[in-house]
Amino acid sequence: MSDTRAAGQKPEQKGPKIVIIGGGVTGLSAGWWLARAGANVTVVERFIVGWEASGRNGGGCTHYQSPLFVEEQRLWPELDRLLGYPTEYRRERIGIALNAAQLARFRQMASIAAGFGFTATELDRRELEKRVPLIGENAFGGIHFHFGGHANPQRTVQAYAWAIQDLGGRLLQHAEATAIRCRGGRAVSVETTRGSFPLDALVIAAGPQTGMLAREVGVDVPLAAARAEMIVTEPLPLMPVGGADGNGLYGRQTLRGNLAYGGGPHEWLADHRIPPARPSTPLLRSLSRRLVELFPKAAHARVIRSWAGIIENTPDGRPVIERLRDPGNVTIATMSSVGFGLSPASGHAIRDLVLEGECRFADISKLSLARFAGLAPDWRTSQGWLPLAPAA
Amino acid sequence: MTQDPKSIGGKYARPAGQTELLVIGAGPAGIAAAIEGARAGAKVMLVDENPVAGALIGLDVPLLFGGRMAGAGGSKERFTEAVAASIPGLEEAFDRGVDVRLGTYAWGAFVNGPALASLPGNVAGIADEAASSMIGFEKLIIATGARDLCFFFPGSHLPGVVGANGLAAMLGKYRAFNGRRILILGSGSLARASADLAIAHGLEVAGFVEVRAEAQAEPGPFPLFASHVLLRAEGDLSGVRAAVLAPVGGGPDGRPEIHVACDTICLAIGRVPNIELLDVLGARLVARPERGGFVPEGAPPATSLPDIFVAGDVAGLGPVQDASFARDSGRLAARAARGLSEAVITYPPPADCQAYPREWMRALVAAGGLGVMACQCEEVTRADLLGVQPPRYLGPRPPAMTARDLATLLADGPVNQDQIKRLTRAGMGSCQGRRCREQVALLLALGSNAETGAIALPSWRAPVRPLPLSVLAASDETQEMRRHWDAWFGISTQWTPYADIGTEREAYVSDFGLGEKEPE
Repeated sequence: MSDTRAAGQKPEQKGPKIVIIGGGVTGLSAGWWLARAGANVTVVERFIVGWEASGRNGGGCTHYQSPLFVEEQRLWPELDRLLGYPTEYRRERIGIALNAAQLARFRQMASIAAGFGFTATELDRRELEKRVPLIGENAFGGIHFHFGGHANPQRTVQAYAWAIQDLGGRLLQHAEATAIRCRGGRAVSVETTRGSFPLDALVIAAGPQTGMLAREVGVDVPLAAARAEMIVTEPLPLMPVGGADGNGLYGRQTLRGNLAYGGGPHEWLADHRIPPARPSTPLLRSLSRRLVELFPKAAHARVIRSWAGIIENTPDGRPVIERLRDPGNVTIATMSSVGFGLSPASGHAIRDLVLEGECRFADISKLSLARFAGLAPDWRTSQGWLPLAPAA
Repeated sequence: MTQDPKSIGGKYARPAGQTELLVIGAGPAGIAAAIEGARAGAKVMLVDENPVAGALIGLDVPLLFGGRMAGAGGSKERFTEAVAASIPGLEEAFDRGVDVRLGTYAWGAFVNGPALASLPGNVAGIADEAASSMIGFEKLIIATGARDLCFFFPGSHLPGVVGANGLAAMLGKYRAFNGRRILILGSGSLARASADLAIAHGLEVAGFVEVRAEAQAEPGPFPLFASHVLLRAEGDLSGVRAAVLAPVGGGPDGRPEIHVACDTICLAIGRVPNIELLDVLGARLVARPERGGFVPEGAPPATSLPDIFVAGDVAGLGPVQDASFARDSGRLAARAARGLSEAVITYPPPADCQAYPREWMRALVAAGGLGVMACQCEEVTRADLLGVQPPRYLGPRPPAMTARDLATLLADGPVNQDQIKRLTRAGMGSCQGRRCREQVALLLALGSNAETGAIALPSWRAPVRPLPLSVLAASDETQEMRRHWDAWFGISTQWTPYADIGTEREAYVSDFGLGEKEPE
């Protein structure tokens, strides 16, 4: 991590030409890691960086289930310095339980993280209230995780993008990838609405579009896209710990003081090109209800906005991060709806796969596509992950 | 196979009410639409947010009231009589059986469409100060009118800086204006109408301030400060006490500043169609600066959505305070909604809504400089907006950050106001840019040499009125929604610790997820 550079200095990139399809948080982190390693990076994005789920999520940075967990925890506290731009990262999380069942969940998380050497403290209602003053009499207890954290997704995606540029990499927005050309068992170029780009290696990290693009190189990545929603309130006085959630909600108090929370049912979308519409719905009423239950002392806080994002999942909800065997210079990454917090580490893993053929800092072999061999073509039907029939 | 129980299908409650024709906005267009709809045999509900609660008045939503509403802190019921009396035709609407809901916010409206098929039909969200509910509708007429085009200047945060529409509402609708002597910015028909209204209510008019060399409408008996711009407002906690004017362009001829005594400064430079609900609905919107900004695509009263119609200023500005135009458009919209007419609303010739606000913006920037706020809620200065800089509360800005600005961002693609909002927070505050989004767009257009209409519309989302969590909270939630709620997708294998995947522990640790077992 010694190769951070001063702003304005744009080193010439002489390394391999690497094209990344997808200016979301995973593709951008990969681009940054590759540019740091001296590669000649071009990120192709069909809208604006972070315009989809990467800029619309809860900002959580605490993923104990992932093989990238330890690397995630190692990198976040360093990220502002490494990128040169603010991400609004803040350390620590608190899980608030309104009943014993909710507390049991948080205990499970703490016990898994303990296996990696991370600590957590159980809090009674009084101790909880000191850290999260918006809770009410209905709080049952909580767990203070002395690890993890949260950041601002929108600021973070732009920070990655700018850091890529500062390292000499290129950002191509409003450019939709339309085809991938292969020759002799290798991808050789990407065609976009803004021209053709020859390449030595390709990374496909295009969120819900990843499956469609992988088919261009003859690979089936089973994915289903869905819409999910969040709400945000006007600013409230800052709580000592902003990364506090529970009661079926994920989210945080922003550094400005807004409560930004999501959760609840998702809507599966049809398996074709994802429409640009990202409508939010009356679900905001259920989100509001949950948030009042979680923070009774915020009942007066006004909701100023809701929004939706479109996100993809694999059949088991786990990521795919894999360098293909054929074409051998293509790496595919989908984080299966849990990508933001893990991004510093997923980018590192992708860098390793592209430049060295394997992930050097963690075993990610169980994230390969091999696990879906033999998956029934109608898996979405059998899992009940189907779009609803349009209303009459 | 059954549907994923964690997905949204079938989880929404049936709407609390149902109507054939829902009309939002009880101005002249909305009233005419409601009456015409009832005449044509429809079951009609008419919703209007006035009187709004004091908390919203304080936030200058929906109009720039500027702290000049008398008794705004009290309960809104005291205004109900005045508001009801101010609506011509309300009695006829009642007589024809229209279900009239005053003091009721329409905070959202939703129809199924691309990426959305889960709604139980067309629904609108309404609320009062206590609770929210959903109303099902067959057709919707949006007659939400126009709001104030706002500009900031040094001192614009002081009580007494109001909008022309805000002033008209306080005088005509609420009968609760606590100013006395008004200086009006602008000299067009909106400014003249504001002056006439003030005089009719026994107030004093200190004159018009006009950045151009000539009055934009017949100024009548009122003083005209032509080729002048507002340099600053002076005052104290009780509000504006004077306005200081400067010659446009700085005045090389040595013309001095002019001090004008006034307790109210009224922004009458322009109006903006209230398209929030159309954007929430997913109606296609197009930039038509000559019609006041972004307006619904298509031939009004039709929109790009088959069940959604528009009437009055929301589809593009009509003549100032011309109730007959508004009424005619309302009647047409009702007939179109009932399938009785395909006539198109004829709008007046395009007004000078494009160059004129731009000239004001340029003059205000030249006079006030870049330290003036571009967004008051989030305290974003013009300099920080054009520098695309993060908020001050994030601490010192690193060198790489300060080296970035609008020009470096432009190298990546056209200006996008939503992107700049995310980075600077301009327009991200409690009023969601109702006071600042047009001037932010103008500043970005000036800063990037772009046409005003080339700056994409920053999106509107529900709730289009800031309402408390406790009000929006769904009290009518279904058991299905409650039982199957999960923080995320409810995919049990998603949270399996990596080390346990493929081991015998996998079955044991599955369902570790964020979902919960709701006591049944």
